[in-house]
Amino acid sequence: MAQTIFAPWDDPEEKPLIEFVNVTKRFGDFTAIDNLSQQIYAREFFALLGPSGCGKTTMMRMLAGFETPTEGKILLGGQDIGAIPPNKRSVNMMFQSYALFPHLSIWENIAFGLKREGKDKEFIQARVDEMLRLTRLEAFARRKPHQISGGQRQRVALARSLAKAPKLLLLDEPLGALDKKLREETQFELMDIQESTGTTFVIVTHDQEEAMTVASRVAVMDHGKIIQVATPQNIYEAPNSVYVADFIGDVNLIKGQAKARDIVEGDDTSGGLELHWGEGHAPLVAANGDTALAGKEVVLALRPEKMSISKEHPAAANALKGKVIDIGYLGNISTYHVELDNGTMVKAQIANTRRVSRRQITWEDEVWLSFSATAAIVLEG
Amino acid sequence: MRRFSWFNATSLTLGFAFLYLPMVILVIYSFNESRLVTVWAGFSTKWYGELFQNKDFLNAAWVTLKVAFFSSCLATVLGTMAAYVLVRGGRFRGRTLFSGMIYAPLVMPEVITGLSLLLLFIGIGLDRGILTVVLAHTTFAMCYVSVVVSSRLVSFDQSLEEAALDLGCSPFEAFRLVTLPIIAPSVISGWLLAFTLSLDDLVIASFTTGPGATTLPIKVYSAVRLGVSPEINALSTILIALVTVGVITASLISKRAAVAQARDERAALQQ
Repeated sequence: MAQTIFAPWDDPEEKPLIEFVNVTKRFGDFTAIDNLSQQIYAREFFALLGPSGCGKTTMMRMLAGFETPTEGKILLGGQDIGAIPPNKRSVNMMFQSYALFPHLSIWENIAFGLKREGKDKEFIQARVDEMLRLTRLEAFARRKPHQISGGQRQRVALARSLAKAPKLLLLDEPLGALDKKLREETQFELMDIQESTGTTFVIVTHDQEEAMTVASRVAVMDHGKIIQVATPQNIYEAPNSVYVADFIGDVNLIKGQAKARDIVEGDDTSGGLELHWGEGHAPLVAANGDTALAGKEVVLALRPEKMSISKEHPAAANALKGKVIDIGYLGNISTYHVELDNGTMVKAQIANTRRVSRRQITWEDEVWLSFSATAAIVLEG
Repeated sequence: MRRFSWFNATSLTLGFAFLYLPMVILVIYSFNESRLVTVWAGFSTKWYGELFQNKDFLNAAWVTLKVAFFSSCLATVLGTMAAYVLVRGGRFRGRTLFSGMIYAPLVMPEVITGLSLLLLFIGIGLDRGILTVVLAHTTFAMCYVSVVVSSRLVSFDQSLEEAALDLGCSPFEAFRLVTLPIIAPSVISGWLLAFTLSLDDLVIASFTTGPGATTLPIKVYSAVRLGVSPEINALSTILIALVTVGVITASLISKRAAVAQARDERAALQQ
């Protein structure tokens, strides 16, 4: 069965659910959001990712209605929501601290929003039961928030914010307080719930792994601006700037001068750019480099796991000679810190397919690092 | 490492003697047979009987309770509102001035508060009586309430209120349904504080009182000026007993709540 790929952002016919139009938000002299425009589509799981102070939480609080834009407007389903107070928006939020009402039971917490809407008793009962089932909390309905564990509290917060079936659910660092194992489990739960309810989720996080796991698109933010919006794969494989390449995952950055390469018919590793990065070093090949950058100062971004390590000179498009300075053993993979002869440190990540006792490469060894002609990304320096 | 030390024992004895010896003597002499307060003449409860025959004292006690009840209720409402605005209102014009001024009566000499209130009541032509005492007590008790309540509000997680707004509450509903139930213990202790302050106030009450509104402290004070009677000892003993029972009950309730909460949290963590 052919599955259609969910990508409403590529469809010019699709109307966005949320639209930021030239939004600026200032707190006194501090500009938290700087002339930002962005569209988010229905049923998307949209992640706002960035370091603290980048404006991601402010964007979320503007969607919830706790802050109003200083300039520009925010449209929800085509309607300007700037003047609508939080209690009149069909947007709900899951708070970082969960913000469960300590004086109410789990059941009453989940029913809280429905009661405010003035729904009848049977409806509330049915809806709360449905939410309890969805979040596997049936056994805890009568407990108070302080009588359950952190993971359960997190699920109550989710159930409460989903109970009113909002058009848009905002999640503010929803898994920040959970330990690693529970966090990973919960990420998949969140994705399941998002899919089964069909709600649009906007999640704020500083954890890039979390954003990559759950989101359909990730927006990387810095200083009140969105630097890049793309699917997790594209953010990782095709970052548009050194900032994004460096923020997401590990990366080796090598500076140099770009030169265009000749295109050879029938050779798909020809063309693109080569990087001249030091006297006496063979240029590094990036066959998919954008030739518009030819002649400029550029940065070659190279993911550590795209490299191989060997003792003999490899037959690869690119090879770098160096000495092993450090080996970080992480169980499934090892990170080799290799110093090139001009002093540059390069990281290479190799899967530990063999037992460590049989490893041939160790500290102080002279090694060759190699990568293919299409492994690296050339970014403007 | 709990070793007996003479220094500790002496400090403890001295401290408690200093605090409680006067009260103990008062309680003992309330059971004195003799009319002379300073001469012990055997055990008797007759002064308690006479106290309950004394219409003046009973009236004054009733007035005091009424004043304390109404002024503490009024002070709690006003003080809570003031605390809420000061902690939550954000930065509005005159916030610093307002927060300074609300705490000023805490350090203001009672004589000045009393005198200024008296001048005000005369100025606006309000006849002095129970109403004026209630208003006067509200004035000075509300700043105590607002201190107690605002200290709780400062540690109150504001995202709880935001969550209530987010789930469809108007700001007032959010206060009524979420904030108030959570800060209730501090509001109640503010009320108790206001009640107690009103109960034993002499200075401000004597400035603002009028005919038919003699409170118990005023009554006791004027009676003592004519000579200490054992009846007053009996009355004081009853008051001490009431306060003791009240304090012990309040602390037991809060201690039990804390213990139950700690147990629940442990149970939750073990799952």
